[in-house]
Amino acid sequence: MSALRPNPPMAMLAELTHRCPLACPYCSNPLELERKERELTTDEWKDIFSQAAEMGVLHVHFSGGEPASRRDLEEMVAHARDVGLYTNLITSGIGLNKRRLDALNECGLDHVQLSLQGVDSEMADWVGGYKGGFDRKMQVAEWIGEIGFPLTLNAVMHKKNFDRLDETIAIALDMGARRLEVATVQFHGWAAKNRAALMPTREQAKQARLTVNAARERLEGVLVIDYVPADHHSDYPKPCMGGWASTGINVAPDGAVLPCHAAHTIKSLTFDKAHEKPLKEIWYDSDAFNAFRGFDWMQEPCRSCELKTKDFGGCRCQAMAIAGDAAATDPVCIKSPLHGELVRQAEADAEADADLVYRVMPT
Amino acid sequence: MSVELKDGDRPVILRGVRTHFDKVRNVWLLLAPERALKLDDVGRAILDEVDGTRTFGEITAILAEKYDAPVDRISGDARTYLSGLMARCMVEAR
Ligand code: SF4
Ligand code: SF4
Repeated sequence: MSALRPNPPMAMLAELTHRCPLACPYCSNPLELERKERELTTDEWKDIFSQAAEMGVLHVHFSGGEPASRRDLEEMVAHARDVGLYTNLITSGIGLNKRRLDALNECGLDHVQLSLQGVDSEMADWVGGYKGGFDRKMQVAEWIGEIGFPLTLNAVMHKKNFDRLDETIAIALDMGARRLEVATVQFHGWAAKNRAALMPTREQAKQARLTVNAARERLEGVLVIDYVPADHHSDYPKPCMGGWASTGINVAPDGAVLPCHAAHTIKSLTFDKAHEKPLKEIWYDSDAFNAFRGFDWMQEPCRSCELKTKDFGGCRCQAMAIAGDAAATDPVCIKSPLHGELVRQAEADAEADADLVYRVMPT
Repeated sequence: MSVELKDGDRPVILRGVRTHFDKVRNVWLLLAPERALKLDDVGRAILDEVDGTRTFGEITAILAEKYDAPVDRISGDARTYLSGLMARCMVEAR
């Protein structure tokens, strides 16, 4: 690795807890979910936010699981705001009520990102595995609007709902969201167990692109749409996280600090704990964060490819999952020897079907 | 959709969008959901006058006076800048 010092991180994903009333089959949490007893304390989190602000983090995303499962959420938001961070709450809405939202407003919460499991109660309650979840969410969205929180709606898109993208956009507008994330499911975490149930078809991916482009044009100045395309139907990989450990920092419920939420799948790496080591040291000096920075770790075909400065060889966790080597070329890339197999498998999964495998907490 | 900004419109910086001085990088930023835009002196000067009550015409008059520049040029620059932020849902004209 060249001795270039990395830039400070821009954003922190704070996974306060893995607990969640929902059971989405594409949840990005790891298969081995942490129990409540292993979660960091309020004070440990507050200290992490102070360190983050100090080292240059701008946005902190309160996430989970369901962050509202933590009764001390308000206190942590207030603290993060006090130390100068832009605070974003990523929530399913379940676990929030008007009183808690008012309190979060008092604490200075900057923004709310609400997840959508489906466009009606039948779809949403089925995908989220939680009866009554959709109606509850709609109620929460109304309170969010009353308080005036700026709102992003996040919709994970997959085989079962891609054909209802137009309705998804309509719901975002109804809720008064200013931003919509149309995020095609990424096959890490629980989603990897649901490939046959969730893999979109090539045709769906193509249509989604057209729908998004048309909506962006029609809704300029009203709704910003961020689109995460289906990378299994692409020829080149996404520039995952803008390059390993380059912009974002993740803290898991037990304090493990990761460059992205799937990095724990790379078993050869050891991740330090935020309550045991200064965040700064972890970011700049830990082996795990330095493992895939720069370009020296690359193998062929990435090593001599001119696109490496644009896509950084794609996603390390996907290389790990499919090639069995975290330093391999992301198999999404047409230059990867595994690309043909990846496409064949994606197409087989797109044609197939299966029941949803829900996320479950350990008993 | 149009992101037109007329002289009589009142531009407002929307809730969830705020300026922030970044001590670590030593720059002014405009923070918004999932975005951090670097603010140069021009951008900052314009946004400093956007208080939600002034019309665009009033803003450009103030800037022209303050920076001793022709109102036409100021108005052109400020309109491009603010309508860019309107297209990104960070500023709204009321
Ligand atoms: S994806 Fe679903 S199950 Fe996972 S944390 Fe979010 S709401 Fe909960
Ligand atoms: S070979 Fe590597 S660097 Fe080149 S396009 Fe493919 S993934 Fe990107």
